[in-house]
Parts: sequence; structure tokens; C-alpha cells
Amino acid sequence: MSGGTPKTLCSSGQRSLQEICHPLSAEDSSVLTPSPDVGTAAATGSIGEKDLSLPNGTPVDTSSPASSSSLLNRLQLDDDLDGETRDLFVTVDDPRKHVSTMETYITYRVSTKTTRAEFDLPEYSVRRRYQDFDWLRIKLEESQPTHLIPPLPEKFVMKGVVDRFSEEFVETRRKALDKFLKRVADHPVLSFNEHFSVFLSAKDLNAYKKQGLALLTKMGESVKYVTGGYKLRGRPVEFAAMGEYLDVFTQKLGTIDRIAQRIIKEQSEYLVELKEYGPVYSSWASFEAELQEPLEGVAGCVANCCSALEELTEEMCEDFLPVLREYVLYIESMKNVLKKRDQVQAEYETKLEAVAFRKEERSGMPTDVEKCQDRMECFNADLKADWDRWQNNKRQDFRQLLTGMADKNIQYYEKCLAAWESLIPLLQDKQENGKPETN
Amino acid sequence: MADSGSGDIAVTGNRDLAAGESGSDAKNTVKSAAGVRPTTEAPTCRVGPRPAGLPGPRGCCVAAAGIRQGTTLLKTMEINVAEAEKRTGKNAVNMLETYTVYLIETRPVDTVSEGISPTPDSLWRRYSEFEILRNYLLVTYPFVVVPPLPEKRAEFVWHKLSADNMDPDFVERRRVGLENFLLRVASHTALSNDKIFFTFLTEENGWKEIVFETGFQAKADSRLKALNATFRVKNPDKRFAEMKHYGDELQSVISQLLRVRARVADRLYGVYKVHGNYGRVFSEWSAIEKEMGDGLQSAGHHMDAYAASVDDILEEEEHYADQLKEYLFYMDSLKAVCRKHELTQFELEMAAQDLSSKKQQREELATGTVRTFSLKGMTSKLFGQETPEQREAKMKVLEEQIQEGEEEVKEKNSECDEFVNNAWCDIERFKDQKDHDLKEALISYAIMQISMCKKGIQVWSNAKECFNKM
Repeated sequence: MSGGTPKTLCSSGQRSLQEICHPLSAEDSSVLTPSPDVGTAAATGSIGEKDLSLPNGTPVDTSSPASSSSLLNRLQLDDDLDGETRDLFVTVDDPRKHVSTMETYITYRVSTKTTRAEFDLPEYSVRRRYQDFDWLRIKLEESQPTHLIPPLPEKFVMKGVVDRFSEEFVETRRKALDKFLKRVADHPVLSFNEHFSVFLSAKDLNAYKKQGLALLTKMGESVKYVTGGYKLRGRPVEFAAMGEYLDVFTQKLGTIDRIAQRIIKEQSEYLVELKEYGPVYSSWASFEAELQEPLEGVAGCVANCCSALEELTEEMCEDFLPVLREYVLYIESMKNVLKKRDQVQAEYETKLEAVAFRKEERSGMPTDVEKCQDRMECFNADLKADWDRWQNNKRQDFRQLLTGMADKNIQYYEKCLAAWESLIPLLQDKQENGKPETN
Repeated sequence: MADSGSGDIAVTGNRDLAAGESGSDAKNTVKSAAGVRPTTEAPTCRVGPRPAGLPGPRGCCVAAAGIRQGTTLLKTMEINVAEAEKRTGKNAVNMLETYTVYLIETRPVDTVSEGISPTPDSLWRRYSEFEILRNYLLVTYPFVVVPPLPEKRAEFVWHKLSADNMDPDFVERRRVGLENFLLRVASHTALSNDKIFFTFLTEENGWKEIVFETGFQAKADSRLKALNATFRVKNPDKRFAEMKHYGDELQSVISQLLRVRARVADRLYGVYKVHGNYGRVFSEWSAIEKEMGDGLQSAGHHMDAYAASVDDILEEEEHYADQLKEYLFYMDSLKAVCRKHELTQFELEMAAQDLSSKKQQREELATGTVRTFSLKGMTSKLFGQETPEQREAKMKVLEEQIQEGEEEVKEKNSECDEFVNNAWCDIERFKDQKDHDLKEALISYAIMQISMCKKGIQVWSNAKECFNKM
């Protein structure tokens, strides 16, 4: 019976700072000994066939509609996506708790299989924490500002309210992180991003991060696309439509989130009453003779319905709501990208106008304006391509999400139905075999 | 009154899995709204003509000639409370009031089984008249667990149900409850042969006068008084004490059950209705989608259907609540019978005590010894002994009193015995009926739950299909 108290992961235990191996150190990657001349999983045998499970032995739920099964992912070597052969597979699993005197945090195993030349090895297994994913996302946004970057699950959680180390919370987060990396890996441009490759393969990500920072300040990479203060004349229809769509869509998602939360609340209150209801039948049974069995039977049915309801509510909380919220975040970042696009266009238009007034230089378009035009056209193209991809993914995601919701409700009713149906023959049997009634 | 036919009456219970059927084809059904079979054959009770020499129960209960002992009215007569109607009229204080009347239809059974269906005889009665009938029966048959009337005011309501007596749902449930009451009375060996009951069913005007003429009102008052009085019985029959205790326990647990059920119903209503919001938002969302639009829109309709389905579900559950309520109210009758036993036992004990004290007085008078303190004894001591003439006179009075007392004790003894026998007989009958009826109620409740689950599966499967098309 699913209880109310979340289960905690077994941690790696309290150890002194010296004793603790860095999660990204040799200890973990020794699990996977890369042999340069063999490019298949058979050599290591650990990723491909190993059963996915949490440290405490419970198997990882790979059937969640919201994220693709990682096993399936590894086996789909010939899957065609957008006409391309997939050559990069990424999975996030095996969450583990790390306790140090400074802090406690969770790391996830990120496993990669690839045939791409950019990678030295065909397989990698590294451990990353949420901070690292966050870093990756920021880098992607900075280096690929014309593209839609998938969202991450929410960064901050209220310490008192949510248990960051409960099995449910960690699992929800893991699924979201897994989806994030898969979306990046599936993207024809983002998946080739250098930061992404490093994220997947580097043993010591922190060193790279620091190095990157220094580089950044030197080159001013982050300043590249910051334009501001230009006024936009007219937005092309398709981008205006995108913006409108996103506005309405966000609204609807917000409403759906509120409805789902309200349903969960009502169901919880219904559960409270049900839990009081069943036992009354039991106490009635205690002073009856003939009726004792039927009454106990009813009490039992009500109890079964209670646990079925608890499961339904729990699943809605864990599987449904997080995905909704993820999309809200996705849309937020998409709107930002649209704004940037507007800015690029505005800059181009302004500069173009300025040139038009200057009658002296007719030798040709100044390189500055040309660059702006280039930038704008690239941005528009990238965005259009990404938009279509996004629409497609969105459709699949919501189909999965909503059919999942329907499934959960069907399962709930099926459990209740089974309980009540099993009671009927018991009652009717007694009635017929009991005192003979003259008709 | 026609002789009871040789054919068996099809008194069928409504055990259909399609709960909610009004059972219009099952004519003589005692329905506690979901179909309950009455126990038409009561175990043998000595309720017919009394053997000579023994006093009968107060008030004549043997009906008109032609009704054989051991048969019930239901075997010869079909009874229906067919309709309810609103009336307005002046009441006792000359003020205009609105009230509801119920149409009672009766028809001889023979004609039905022969295929002829003449128009039934009918008359209108209001709730207060039913109350009068019931009070009459309570007084006249103190050894019977008299069936209860449906509640006067709606209790154990959950928020949507109107507590208004004029509410059509309430009136409808009351109609069913009144019919149930009549059928239960008509299927009881003793009660159904009562002339007043028969007149209630057949004569609209003048019935009230007839019933008041029996003088039951006065008895009703003294009965109430007696039931509420406190007295200690030395040797009560243990079975009755246990029954009374059972009555208390059952009342308590059913009240609790009804209260919690009402809250459960309230919450269930909330869960279903909130889903209706999905209908609206899916519709709005579908407007901005291309391929996803159709699937979303139709799924939304299913969500609306889901939200709407709870009304019927909960209306059906009210029938279950009514079945429980009937037995909640039945407990008052049961406890009253037990109480009546205590009363008769007490009266017997009082009479016996009185007799024994008189006998003691006689002994004292004869022997001249004063065993116990008595005022007479003291005064005679103080003011001198009595003369032999005075003593003889006293003795004569005492002897008379003792003879009367002995007869009274004898009478009360057999009264008590007879009451215990009849009452226990009826209680056994009632116990069987209760076990049967409540089990039926639980079965029909389970069937309701099954139906609700199946509807839920259906709706969500439909919605899932729509989502799949997105």
C-alpha cells in the first residue's frame, strides 16, 4: 500500500572529506573500461544489459509515458528521425545521494552511445548533478541563441515543503533531465554543440567550466547577441502568429494545471471521508451475526478503493503536473527567443534605414548592415525549423500525457470494479443458501 | 372481500442488476426503493380468534369475516401509492397551507391474475393521516414491531439535496416510502387483518372519525407516558434486554453511517464536477490547434459527460440511504416492544408484590403478631387493640382483596406470558426480515458501485480514444 511518507534513497554514507571520492572521479568510470578497438557495448557489458534500478533495489520505472525508455533508446540504432540516422543516444539514470560535510546532493549517471567522429570513444558514462545540467543549458542558450533550447525542471524547491531526496522527487527530476538531454541529442544543431559534447564525455567538468569562463571573458562571447533598444517596425506574420499562439497556449496550460491541482485536492478530501466511511461498516459488523460477513466485505471494498485512489492521486502528482510545468518553462524560453529575433530584425531595419539616408556611400551595402541582414535571416530560418520540430514534439508529448491521464483513471476504476465485483457472488450466494424464503 | 385465490402471488423482489428499474411490472413488491421481498408468511403467531377464557389483547384485531387466520391482506389485494399531488387548503387555525396528498390505489388480486385489469379503487391521503394510522397500530398491537413511516423532514442531507419538503425528489422518495409502509403492514399477519387499516385503504371520508372512535388517542398518551417512565424490573426476560441494546447500537451505527455517507457524497460530487472544467479548456485550446484540435474538442465533450454523470449516481445512492433509514427508524418500534415487555413484567411484579403484602397482612391479623411496621399497627398499639368485630371485618375485606389480587396476578401472568410469546415471535420474524433486507440493500449498493465504475471506465476510454487521435 502506497504510503504517504516518501522513501529516501540510501546514501553513500557519511564519510570524511578526504575519503569521499569525487563523483566524477575514476571510481565510477572504472565501471566502464573503454577499450579503444572495440566499439560495441559487449566489451563492457554494463550499460547495455544492466538492469536499471535505484540503489535500494526498486526497478526504475521505464514505462512512464513522459520519457522514452532508456533501454529502447539504446536499441533503436536504426531509427530514422528527420531523415537522419540517429547516431547519438543519451540516457540519464541511477541517481545517487552524496553526503559531504559541506553539502548533500544527488548525482545522475549520464550514459552516451555514439558513432560520431567528434567523440573519441563510442561510449561514455559520467556522473552529473543538477548544477551541471543548468550550466549546460545556459551555455546552449548563449552559444545558440537562435534556437529553442529545451527546458530543465525547476531549479529551486522550497526546502520545508518538498523533500529533495525523496524517491518520488528524484525520480520525477531524473525523468525531466533525461528528456532534456534527449531533446538536445535529437536536435540537428544543438547536438553538435561543443559544450554538449564536453558535458557528455568529460571526466572533470568543473575544470572545463572554469576554463570556459576565462575564455568567455576574453572573447566576450556572451556579449555577442545582446542587442537592445531598437524599435521593431513590423513583425513578419509567421512570427507574430508564433507569439500569439504561445501566449494563448501558456494561458491554457496554466488553466489545465490549476484544474489538475484542484482535482487532486478534491480527490484527497474525498479520500479522507472514504477512510472514515469503511470502518463504520466494520464496527457495525462487530455486533451482527448473519450480516457480519457482508458488512466486512463492504468495508474491505471501500478500503481497496481508498488505496486505488491514493495511487491515482500520487501518479497525477508525479507524472502529470511536472510535464505541464515543464512546458510552461519551455514556452517562457521560447518567448525570449522570439524577442531576441525581434531585436535582431529591429537592429537590421534601423541600420538599413540609417544607410538609406546617407546618400554618399552608394558603393555597396556596408558590411555592418550586411552582417545584420545575415544574422536576421539565419535567425529566422533556425527558428522556423525549430518551431516545426517543437510543434511536432509538443503534439506527441501531449498525446502521451493525456492518454496517460486517461489510462491512470481507467486503471483506478478497474481496480474498484474488481473489488466490488468480487463481493457480489459472496453476498448473493449467502442470500440464496441462507434461510429459505417462501415466495 | 374476495376469498384468497388458490394461485400463488408473484411477490417478486427487484433483484435486477440494472439497478434503478422502477419495477412497474413487479406489482406487489415491497420496495425499499431497490426491491425487497417481504416475508409474507410469518411464523405462526397466535393472533387469530382467542381460545375461550383468556382475555384478548386490548382492542379487537380480528378483521372482517372471510379473512382466514394466518393470511395477509397482500395476498388478496394489490396496493400502490401511485402519485403525489399538491393541495392548498385551510388548516385548523383557518390559515392557508400547502400540503401534499398521495394517491392510494387498491385492486383485488384475482382480477390481475386473470388478466382483467379494472381501474383500481383509489383515494387520497396526506402524511398526517398515515401518522394517525401508525399511532393506532402502535397502541393496538404493542407486541408487533410496527413498520416506520418515511422521515417527516429530510435529514442526513448532503449539500445539493434540498431539505425542503416540497422538493420533488423528496416527495417522490416519500411516496415510495409510504407505499413501502403500506405493503409491509399489508403483509403482516396480524396488522393486515385490522379493520381500521382496511378502511384506511378503502374509505377516504369518515376514516378519521372511525379511527378516533376507537379511543386509541387516550391509550396513545398513556402508552407514551409508560414508555418514558423509569422503573426497575426485577426479572426481565434477558432476550428483550439484549434486543433493546441491539436497537441502540444499530441506531447509533446507522446514524453514523448516514452522516459519513453524506459527506462522501458531497466530496464525490466535487471531484466529478471539477472535471467539467477540462471540457471548457480543451475546447478553447483546440481553437488554436490544427491537427490536435479535433481530438481535444471531442475529449472535452467526454469530460463534460463525466462531470454530468455524478447527478444520477448520487440520486441512486439516495435509495440506499433510504433503505438504511427505514431500519434506523424501525429500531424505535423494536425498542418500544422491548419496553412494553418491561412494562407488563413490571405490572405483574407490582401485582404480585401487592398480593404478597396483603397475604402478610392477613397472617398478621390472624396471629396478632406484627412482623412489619405498618401505620395501622402503630395506631392500634397507641390507641388500643381492636375489637373482635372490627378484626373480623378487616379480615373479610382482606380476604376479598386477596382473592381479587390472586385473580389479577393470574391474569397479569398470562398477559405477560402471552405478550412474551407474541412479541418474541414477531421479533424473530423481524430479525429475519432485517437480515434479508439489509443484505439486499448491501447487494444493491455494490451493484451501484459497479455501475459507477463501469461508467467511469467507459468515459475515460472514450476520452483516451480522442486523445490518441490528437
